[in-house]
Amino acid sequence: MRELHPINFVALIGRAFLAFLATAGRLVLFATEGVSHIFRPPFYWRLIWRQMVDIGYYSLPVVGMTGLFAGMVLALQSYTGFARFSAEGAVATVVVLSMTRELGPVLAGLMVAGRIGASMAAELGTMRVTEQIDALTTLSTNPFKYLVAPRLLAAVTMMPLLVLVADIIGVFGGYVVSVYKLDFNAPNYLKRTWEFLEFQDVFSGLVKASVFGFLVTLMGCYQGYNSARGAQGVGAATTNAVVSSSILILIFNYIITELFFSK
Amino acid sequence: MSGAATQPVIELTEVYKAFGPKKVLNGVNLTVGERESVVIIGGSGTGKSVTLKCILGLLQPDSGSIKVDGEEVTTIGQGRDRDRINAKFGMLFQGAALFDSLRVWENVAFGLIQGRGMGREEAREKAIEKMAQVGLGRDVLDRFPAELSGGMQKRVGLARAIAADPEIIFFDEPTTGLDPIMSDVINDLIVECVKVVGCSALSITHDMASARKIANRIAMLYQGKIIWAGPADQIDRSGNDHVDQFIHGRAEGPIQMQVRAL
Repeated sequence: MRELHPINFVALIGRAFLAFLATAGRLVLFATEGVSHIFRPPFYWRLIWRQMVDIGYYSLPVVGMTGLFAGMVLALQSYTGFARFSAEGAVATVVVLSMTRELGPVLAGLMVAGRIGASMAAELGTMRVTEQIDALTTLSTNPFKYLVAPRLLAAVTMMPLLVLVADIIGVFGGYVVSVYKLDFNAPNYLKRTWEFLEFQDVFSGLVKASVFGFLVTLMGCYQGYNSARGAQGVGAATTNAVVSSSILILIFNYIITELFFSK
Repeated sequence: MSGAATQPVIELTEVYKAFGPKKVLNGVNLTVGERESVVIIGGSGTGKSVTLKCILGLLQPDSGSIKVDGEEVTTIGQGRDRDRINAKFGMLFQGAALFDSLRVWENVAFGLIQGRGMGREEAREKAIEKMAQVGLGRDVLDRFPAELSGGMQKRVGLARAIAADPEIIFFDEPTTGLDPIMSDVINDLIVECVKVVGCSALSITHDMASARKIANRIAMLYQGKIIWAGPADQIDRSGNDHVDQFIHGRAEGPIQMQVRAL
């Protein structure tokens, strides 16, 4: 270990920063290339369809469960919390706003990062390691068009639908706990749910969902595509894909919220 | 040598490629003539695979020229021109590199369906025909690559490489990982395919039995340079110590393996 001279420390920061910039640049190039192939023929409808089914349909149980319990715990927590200052009446509004604006998209995004991001990184990583991606090129098929573009398109379109389902199930979970456990009046609760809900609450959540879907797929594909050799390389790619997309989801969640709601 | 008088199909001139400080290709010069089968031999890590990947456009050489049918390909990028060049190529990868999410026939027909836009029915018929050429029957058509043995996967890979009737086929270590008999079967198939399809071939291998069988001409790569090239039947009289050491597989000689004590 070298002596920790102040200038070495500065060099360390500089090196890390340059590495960060280089990665960010590569990522942007990767994303641009991937997105551009969504709009350029030929289109691989079968692959797009398969990815849509995988992302949209097969994520339903996971996302549905997440939404259900998130909604249920929201009702319980806000009830016990708000009871301290006699604001129990706000439970319905809190549940619906939290679900549509925040928890629906973020939790679904994180679950999909674990499910889809990891599997994409592992699949593309294995294809890289076993030279299948090189084989695509030699068969006059662009790997971005064949592998990346269908995944991006499928995630961006399917995630909002998934989140819409999560929203509905989450609100339902809150309703069940409120009405059957906390003895709320059912029609009253439903009325309260609709009363303060605005289009923008749901819409912002769906925009988030789309962006998160893009981020998860981008990181999954990027890490897999650039996977290092061997089983270890694929393992590292998978981990990096999940971790980086989860962090990006939380960062972009703040940014989008800021854009929609800050006044 | 056949094809020496006409324009070479592939021509590499002073190709350099380095990964960081590690110089892998140090000015490679190589030509492959029409209907000629050239085999590059050399030890592990001498740059055989890198040479191949530079020609295929999977790697970009640092300097030098690579011409395919007289057309410079190092400057054409990754777009449509690269696809057009790659349409002339067929490649058999070391591990066969079959798409494991696709059935065997879809693998063989991949270049026809995706690359050329051929209909699936027609492509399937073509795949059956190409698979028959490499001795595979209809029973494996609808199986997945993972269900096949290594030798059969190699054959499927070969069928896929010749499916689009390429001008040039590349073979990356075609016999590695196969038993001696299956190796010979694959060698025969390669010779046969090159003859039937009437194309040129560029192979890389360290299996001398394979090299002797499939090559018209052999070139030896050592430390990123072609140190000897000549007709296959003259390899035993190359007069080059490095070549002699390699073809006889001796540990002692001018080529010193980097064996370090840990």
